[in-house]
Amino acid sequence: MAVILTALLSFITGLQFPWWSIAIIAFLVALFIGQSIGRSFLSGFLGIFLLWFVVALWIDTKNENILSHKIAQLFPLGGSSMLLIFVTAFIGALVGGLAAMSGASIFPRRRRI
Amino acid sequence: MRIIPFLFSTIITIVLVVSLNKKWGSIPPLGRFLSPQEGFWQNAEPVDYDYNENLSFAGLKDNADVYIDDRLVPHIFAQNDEDAYFIQGYIHAKFRLWQMEFQTMAAAGRISEILGRDPRFLRHDREQRRLGMVYGAENAVKEIEKDPLSKAAVNAYTAGVNSYIGSLTHSELPVEYKLLSYKPEKWSNLKVALFLKLMSKDLAGFERDLEFTNAKSVFDTDELNIIFPAYSDSSVPIIPRGTSFDTPGIIPIQPITADSLYFKKDTTIRAVEVNKPDRTNGSNSWALRGTKTKSGAPILCNDPHLGLSLPSIWFEMQISTPDMNVYGASFPGSPSVIIGFNDNVAFGFTNAMRDVKDYYQVKFRDDSKKEYWYNGQWKPAAQVLEVIKIRDANDYYDTVAYTSFGPVMYDQSFVSDSTNNTAIAVRWIAHEPSNEILMWLKLGKAKNYGDCEEAIKTFICPGQNMLFASKDGDIGIWQQGKFPARWKGQGLYLMPGEDSSYKWQGYIPQPENPHVVNPAEGFIQSANQQPVDSSYPYFIPGNYIVSRGVTINQRLSALQQATPQDMMTLQNDYFNSLAEDMVPFMMRYVDQTKLNATEKKYLNEVKSWNFFATPDSRATTIYQAWMDSLKILVWEDQFSKILLPTLSGGVRPDEQTLVEALLKDSSFKYVDNVNTPQVETIDHQITQALKLASISLAKEEKENGLVWWKHKKPAIYHLLRTSVMPFAYTDIPVGGWHNTINAMKSTHGPSWRMIVHLTSITEAYGVYPGGQSGNPGSPYYQNFVDTWAKGKYYTLWMMKQDEAGDKRVKGKISFSNI
Repeated sequence: MAVILTALLSFITGLQFPWWSIAIIAFLVALFIGQSIGRSFLSGFLGIFLLWFVVALWIDTKNENILSHKIAQLFPLGGSSMLLIFVTAFIGALVGGLAAMSGASIFPRRRRI
Repeated sequence: MRIIPFLFSTIITIVLVVSLNKKWGSIPPLGRFLSPQEGFWQNAEPVDYDYNENLSFAGLKDNADVYIDDRLVPHIFAQNDEDAYFIQGYIHAKFRLWQMEFQTMAAAGRISEILGRDPRFLRHDREQRRLGMVYGAENAVKEIEKDPLSKAAVNAYTAGVNSYIGSLTHSELPVEYKLLSYKPEKWSNLKVALFLKLMSKDLAGFERDLEFTNAKSVFDTDELNIIFPAYSDSSVPIIPRGTSFDTPGIIPIQPITADSLYFKKDTTIRAVEVNKPDRTNGSNSWALRGTKTKSGAPILCNDPHLGLSLPSIWFEMQISTPDMNVYGASFPGSPSVIIGFNDNVAFGFTNAMRDVKDYYQVKFRDDSKKEYWYNGQWKPAAQVLEVIKIRDANDYYDTVAYTSFGPVMYDQSFVSDSTNNTAIAVRWIAHEPSNEILMWLKLGKAKNYGDCEEAIKTFICPGQNMLFASKDGDIGIWQQGKFPARWKGQGLYLMPGEDSSYKWQGYIPQPENPHVVNPAEGFIQSANQQPVDSSYPYFIPGNYIVSRGVTINQRLSALQQATPQDMMTLQNDYFNSLAEDMVPFMMRYVDQTKLNATEKKYLNEVKSWNFFATPDSRATTIYQAWMDSLKILVWEDQFSKILLPTLSGGVRPDEQTLVEALLKDSSFKYVDNVNTPQVETIDHQITQALKLASISLAKEEKENGLVWWKHKKPAIYHLLRTSVMPFAYTDIPVGGWHNTINAMKSTHGPSWRMIVHLTSITEAYGVYPGGQSGNPGSPYYQNFVDTWAKGKYYTLWMMKQDEAGDKRVKGKISFSNI
């Protein structure tokens, strides 16, 4: 649930606001859903991973890998579009997970969904 | 609240976000760059991108439509000129914004502002400022804004570009902005002028005056006139030999001090220009009258040769208004169509190669550079403070003194290390107030040759051979520009600048510029050669090129019943006419007894060569290596004695000159190596050259089989060059050399090929090595390169508005005023 919410709300804010709004969203979702810190990290991480992976993959497919293949050579990724998508998703996910941890640690343990 | 976990995760999150939002050296802000909704992913446009759009701008006077066809060529239909140029600005920005801005920043010496601190960038920027690029552009803007026609067009163009920039969100920025992490600034009329000064530098900025001055320390001026000749006997001038010329309207007088202070004075100077334009920035063009074509209608062809880049310097488009309908290659950065055709005429340009830049040695009173000695007294020199902004570093300040000659480009604070307050000022035609845009605005509407001739009269720089053909059947060419009237030898070397006696005494009157209309031969050709034979009553030094004109002239003289397909074959011709002359000579003098088996093998390949520099040719590689070796053996013993400047090897005589000299006299005096006690004769040097070349050829053969295109490695780089290699197009199997009609070197060559058949419904073909989109993420970024490399062409579609339903139309952008 937290995963879906994080992904969806981040997507919506991402239409208008800078990329780091994912941190704000992950923080807020974790704050209000109130899972344990460990679970919140996972939800935030997976939520953004899901969002960034899917959007990047979708864009890449419609672009027939033209740009991703080039960028994946500019970065040391051997030209692999899939690797680039994974790296993209991972970086966003890291931010999401850590921001979610921050949100979760505001309220004491034992809050359950 | 769990304080420790909260602080820990919050701080780490913030640190991570801040780091990912920051540029680290050459790594872009990764969070921003990789974000699928904001970063480079947003530039990965879908291959079936929908180009339909409705846009409104207050700057427009009326509605207009732009049809984007399946090659992404926009066809603009506007109700008036200003709207047309506004939309052209918008469209140029839509497809090529980053390129337009980067090129004009480079012209203005503002690379450090984008790319940061680096001595190469700083040197580049200082050089541009000191050369007077911005000075010239500012003068040009004043002229543009004085004329109502150009003022309206350029204002509209600028407004169009800014309308696009203003509509961009961060995620819509071109990918280069994201990689380098910066934003576009507003466009201006000054930037249009800067773009034209960029072209002026490329085309009218090459000279070797300072290099020749230093060569005077080893050679005297008579010798220099032989090894850097003003005229070549084998050249076929643009204006047919025997054309009579008007009595000159101005006869410049050589100063009495010329022999002692100029020709004989042995001045060795340290100044060197690092960012020199390419010597071979030139082109081919020719036009045939109906007498020589199968259809009876004239044909005009043009292929400009420039450094190739992605995005291409050219952008195809059509602009149609009630009184103008023009198609061709345009420059993103400037309004109008530059090389193209309308419903009545076609126009093409080749570089005139005339020398319009001279240097003067000035003497400052002291280190302050505030006064210089001129006509018997100390005169004040205007001080201009150039502020060079450097990204992530302090501004750099450079003070440039301006004298009555022009800016003092080299002085103690820049390159020159002379210790007695002498410095070098540059006098360049591109500094003069001028309004080049006006010519193109008028050419777009020209109805016949007379209109073309009228339109070009005020064009000053860069000097071009302007070729025209009209549906009336006329063909004509003018070498148009503002050219100084020189006494013989003036401007070849650094001139004394302590008084006015060496200044330009006037200009060649415009009507006396070389020109011809409807010559008896039935065709006109220009390929950067001398424009006239030696009976022209002016001294007109330039960086002329001989071979291509010779080959083109041969082919066109023989051609009858020409068709556009014949023209395509000709533009892609790989024949090396210089090799045709040189190889028999090499065969005569090479001493086969001194060659080993490998060297004999190479010799035989050149012997049986047909002189075509085709992509797969081995003989071309072997021949060129042999020639390069011979040139070193002939020239280096003397030229290495010249101390400075040694950057980029200094200056050497053309291959053309060597070939002509040897064919005239095989005991040409420079053949001998002056560093050895014995006298080397031509047979020794030719044999030795082959032996030396064979060493490197044998090594290279293992790598690439000596295949000509693999030796050359033709490639088209992105404007950011090796820092973004994935954006380049490399290993293109194209043959040719700078002296073949298909003048492809490695990264320099035919940047646009156009053939216009002026039948009643115009038939036209064109291609350029690039793509309409400047976005490396677009399928239209480089989709033309293969076609161009194979020597093929696209049909140029002069669309009519009622063809809006044609299947070639991919999308329509509807503009309206608010």
